[in-house]
Amino acid sequence: MKNNMLLLLLLLPMFSFSQDVVSGTVVEDVNGNKVPVYGANVYWSGTSIGVVTNEEGRFSIPFSKENSQLVISYVGYAQQVLNITEPQVITIQLEVNSSLNEVVLTAERKATEVSLLDSRQIVTLNSKELLKAACCNLSESFETNAAIDVNFSDAVTGTKQIKMLGLTNPYILITQENIPSVRGASQAYGLTFTPGTWLETIQITKGAGSVVNGYESIAGQINAELLKPLTDAAFFVNLYGSVDGRVELNTHVNQKLNDRWSTGFYIHGNHRSWKKDNNDDGFIDAPLASQVNILNRWQYANHESGWVSFFDFRYLKDEKLAGEIGFKPEDDRLTTNAWGSEIATKRIDVSNKTGYVFKDQKYKSFGLQTSYSNHDQKAYYGLRRYDINHQSVYSNFIYNSILSNTQNKFKAGLSFTYDQYDEYIIDSSVARKENSIGAFFEYTYDNGDNFSLVAGLRADTHNILGNFVTPRLHLRYNPWEGSVFRASVGRGKRSANIFTENQRYFASSRNFIVHNEGGEVYGLNPEEAWNYGASFLQKFKVFGKRGDVSLDYYITDFKNQIVVDVDQNPNEVQFYNLKGKSIAQSVQADLNYNLAKHLDLRLSYKYYDVSTEYKKGNLTAPLLAKNRVLANIAYQTHHLNEKGGRWKFDATWNWVGKQRIPDTSVNPIEYQLSDYSNPFSKLNAQVTRVFTKQFEVYLGGENVLNYKQDTPILAANDPFGSYFDSTMIYGPIQGANIYAGLRLKIE
Amino acid sequence: MKKTIMLLVMLFTAVAFSQNKNAKATIEVDGVCMMCKKRIEKACFKTKGVKSAEWNVDTHQLVVVYDERKTSLKIINENIAAVGHDTKTVKASDEAYNSVHECCKYRDEELIKEHHK
Repeated sequence: MKNNMLLLLLLLPMFSFSQDVVSGTVVEDVNGNKVPVYGANVYWSGTSIGVVTNEEGRFSIPFSKENSQLVISYVGYAQQVLNITEPQVITIQLEVNSSLNEVVLTAERKATEVSLLDSRQIVTLNSKELLKAACCNLSESFETNAAIDVNFSDAVTGTKQIKMLGLTNPYILITQENIPSVRGASQAYGLTFTPGTWLETIQITKGAGSVVNGYESIAGQINAELLKPLTDAAFFVNLYGSVDGRVELNTHVNQKLNDRWSTGFYIHGNHRSWKKDNNDDGFIDAPLASQVNILNRWQYANHESGWVSFFDFRYLKDEKLAGEIGFKPEDDRLTTNAWGSEIATKRIDVSNKTGYVFKDQKYKSFGLQTSYSNHDQKAYYGLRRYDINHQSVYSNFIYNSILSNTQNKFKAGLSFTYDQYDEYIIDSSVARKENSIGAFFEYTYDNGDNFSLVAGLRADTHNILGNFVTPRLHLRYNPWEGSVFRASVGRGKRSANIFTENQRYFASSRNFIVHNEGGEVYGLNPEEAWNYGASFLQKFKVFGKRGDVSLDYYITDFKNQIVVDVDQNPNEVQFYNLKGKSIAQSVQADLNYNLAKHLDLRLSYKYYDVSTEYKKGNLTAPLLAKNRVLANIAYQTHHLNEKGGRWKFDATWNWVGKQRIPDTSVNPIEYQLSDYSNPFSKLNAQVTRVFTKQFEVYLGGENVLNYKQDTPILAANDPFGSYFDSTMIYGPIQGANIYAGLRLKIE
Repeated sequence: MKKTIMLLVMLFTAVAFSQNKNAKATIEVDGVCMMCKKRIEKACFKTKGVKSAEWNVDTHQLVVVYDERKTSLKIINENIAAVGHDTKTVKASDEAYNSVHECCKYRDEELIKEHHK
């Protein structure tokens, strides 16, 4: 029972704020002195609501009327159960006992964490970090973090695209609770389909990921953990509005049904109905949009038997309207009266995760993930239609156990995927089915001290990619105190959905030219790349304040890539198999330092060298800055009152170096762009006033330096002519934007 | 009669134990710091048949899960003592004790106080 409890605590990390709490100190008696107990478990009996005491033996646990039995346990001590009927401060002294259990060690969390003990380079963004940027969905959650770059993909749809190691999102495996989510048809807009308030944490893994999650990741993996009904507040509402006309409403309602079942409804809506054209190019700066997104989660936890399960049901409806100011869809759709675009998406997701932990053998467990999604997009861009329907089934069975002892762990399992794509591209239909079955084995050795390794191998048989093995290896070594060195190598393979991934080019006059080379997917071959990486991190303490410095280097070497060539001809976007080299190198240096109490600084510098053999020759990747700098400063005041009121300030400054602009030299002089963009700076800032733990308001500004790219749309005056192009985006399209919002939480 | 029952109980316990692939036990092991923890756990893992070992620096309690067909508590205790740590049943030889790092000299009262500061 206790075993499972502890495991659950581990599985469901919690972020509790804005609520009544029971807090206190856990101590033990050592030769008559009261010594704080670090790592004691404090939880509500019969729930998985629990915390672990910090170095000072302190803890703070949310109080609610349903719970009254507070359990305090620590290995080697008798478990204590206290009757608690109201929020209070308590001191608990533990008594030694001879019947024992294991310990869980968790320290107080920073907003962004880098583990010293994991073999992979994983950065975890928790709710504290996610709240630094109030807006609004997964694609915007990375603004304060340097590992991921966020850019606009085009000037028409206002969609944001992310890059890791200099590579765009199709090369990043994006998962939701470890089930692949943003893939296939949702590659273009899927990041905007996960509301920010639903996120509990995000884990960013640079370089080769784990074989457990499949063979597709090349540059890295982003995993989003969502809020859990059992641990999220009973009621939450977030209202957001910005001067650029976006309004958002998020509501969460959670209910604990009985000892085992909890359910939660997470409802998101956003809307923008103002047409704005601040840059006077005749096009709406940000599209009119509306989204309804409803998630219902069911959580089952049986601590006695060791079974845990989640059932998720989601419905999404998203509509966007973009184009010229005067565009009226009912009259002008697919005509040359005015240029316009509508993108309508409906999506259904159903998934289940079920896990079992063996009694008295917490190192042994198994889990099964199963999901189904149906993604249906109907769209047109000017005169070109692009529809896609993607149905996907994913299933993964994982068994965790040990080889002889817990220094040698392994995961083994089986995966099954099925994807059906039905596309309507301009004037013709294309359909494709993909399925695969795979088996994987991942071995972890940890000497419990300064060295660990994860070696994974999977073998898949895929109807298009064929039979192949995917090796991945991660090493960790701590040469001395507070330092960690990591290295990784791995291979990834995927079939490129060239139309959906490059949908933005429909919003230009570029013709799609696909060089049919007899491959299986649109006449092209699968993409395949090796990724190698190394990183070093050192924690330090200077003037009594903690900080860390880190440096990492990654190289991605493509064996085959579907080259997206926009340099050959400004009227074309060409797709062909890589002939020659395509290499992406990335260096990132970071400094995190706690300047003073409650004042944190983060500095990052990134260097990218991404070059590909195009038909024209070897060129650096277009619209990607070689040099970038990010600085983030966060400050919060002490609690102003006992209700937890305080101010929080956060500012992020980004400097983006010059970027190569695709070749336009054959265009008439008025439709030519310079070869390189100018460097620019972008500043975002936010102030949050926490009134009580239940209520807070925030005010923020995006791009407050008001930098705007010149000519975001090429030939905006002639959208049906041959020079129109909205994809030459290197910087912000909109100027400064101010937003405000509130959060209300009731336990 | 009493003796027979005792014998039966012992026998049954023995039978029950000899079958247990995942026997769980707690051993009191002396030590003072995180370095001791690593040394104690390492000694356990070096013992064939030990599946999991966690020692608590504050309580001095070591929890082991082990395969009784391959090892016994006696062997585990001996192996821990061999790297220099006293257990409740087996005392480390002076030679073994002297091999532990300076900061781990758990028999030194002064040092223990130092650690608890």
